[in-house]
Amino acid sequence: MAKIHVTTTINGAPTEFLCEPSQTLLDVLRDNLGLTGSKEGCGSGDCGACSVTIDGRLVCSCLVLAPEAEGAKVETIEGMAKGDKLHPLQKKFIEMAALQCGICTPGFLVASRALLERNNNPTETEIRFWLAGNLCRCTGYDKIIHAVLDVAAEMRETAK
Amino acid sequence: MSDVQYKVAKTVREAASLMLAAKGKGRILAGGTDLLVQMKSGMVAPGVIIDVKKIPEMTTITETKGSFKIGAATPAAVIGEHKKLKKTWPGVVEAINLIGSTQVQGRASAGGNLCNASPAADSVPALVAAGAVVTIQGPKTRRQVPVEKFAAGPGKTTLKPGEIVVSLTLPARPRGAGDAYLRLIPRTEMDIAVVGCGVSLVMKGDTCVSARVGLGAVAPTVLLVEAAGKALTGSKLDDAALDAAANACSAACRPIDDKRGTIRYRTKIAGVLLRRATAIARDRANGISHQAH
Repeated sequence: MAKIHVTTTINGAPTEFLCEPSQTLLDVLRDNLGLTGSKEGCGSGDCGACSVTIDGRLVCSCLVLAPEAEGAKVETIEGMAKGDKLHPLQKKFIEMAALQCGICTPGFLVASRALLERNNNPTETEIRFWLAGNLCRCTGYDKIIHAVLDVAAEMRETAK
Repeated sequence: MSDVQYKVAKTVREAASLMLAAKGKGRILAGGTDLLVQMKSGMVAPGVIIDVKKIPEMTTITETKGSFKIGAATPAAVIGEHKKLKKTWPGVVEAINLIGSTQVQGRASAGGNLCNASPAADSVPALVAAGAVVTIQGPKTRRQVPVEKFAAGPGKTTLKPGEIVVSLTLPARPRGAGDAYLRLIPRTEMDIAVVGCGVSLVMKGDTCVSARVGLGAVAPTVLLVEAAGKALTGSKLDDAALDAAANACSAACRPIDDKRGTIRYRTKIAGVLLRRATAIARDRANGISHQAH
């Protein structure tokens, strides 16, 4: 079977890759492009460890076929820090120890950023519902939720 | 997952032709939240995957004289962000927005939820209550079918070879209309309905002049419970009418016993949800808003 040539943008960089028709975007990110920050937890869209945004929309990259990335703008965890400068969410997750083993962390960060881009004043309930598709098997949820609340408050302060 | 072809259809006709040419081995890719899971688990092994997301008619929401047409592949998140649709059909939109997580919402579509043909599909009872009509494109012609007639059984649809679902049309709403969808799950989010109930009402003053009820997860397909709608119509939604409608819902149930619920439990809950969903739909018809969470 002929491979498919895909032209896309990943974290702002024009990117080309060859893939099998049935390969997932997650597989291509990790195996073809070496972007191993997105994790495979369940492979069925339940755990959110593979969260990325495509054209600004939060999705599970394990449930996206790689050829679907043609012409799209993909953002992964690798694009979150600018060089050595961490994103406020990354800093806060470290500061508040909002991670234990760390496997779920890239997904939580990407998903939290997508929330704060839409709503810089979410309630705790809104955060919990938004992040319901991100599972943390160490069950560090409280610290994660509070980190997101804190960052939102800081963003509102900065925006003043 | 080898030897699969991936094709991007540019028009509805092209997608239908590709489906026909695939001779039963074709699968439509909208959000892929069912298809990819089924492929990974070995449940399906398509020969051709036909991506329909480049077809504008299948990915947009349009309004004509108060009637909304939702492209079958429109992501649930996009549907949830459509303010006027949400204001007009809050029950339909909240049902669609109950499917899966935020990530799943970014991809999953109402057309996909319908074609997956799960008896527990969350969007379908609300669409049935709303009187939604499915537009289907075949290799040569188009046809329309009421949403409650679309599924043939668990995982089975009435689509013929080469047919695909194009859109769902919701009728124009008169004044004093309201709808609601409620599902029972043992947790607060991300679960499959034990029972789902959609109610759509039109009120004139205190009197209900029109009612439709859809029930999910209580039979091989989602049901339109005409007897429940009849029991509510013409009433002031008093206890007697609600009792009659709840009993009609329970009587319509032909559920299975499984880990999510027993036959007895599902049968009882169908009536309970009817009462609660009717109360929300009535409030909405009277201009009182209800939040989903």
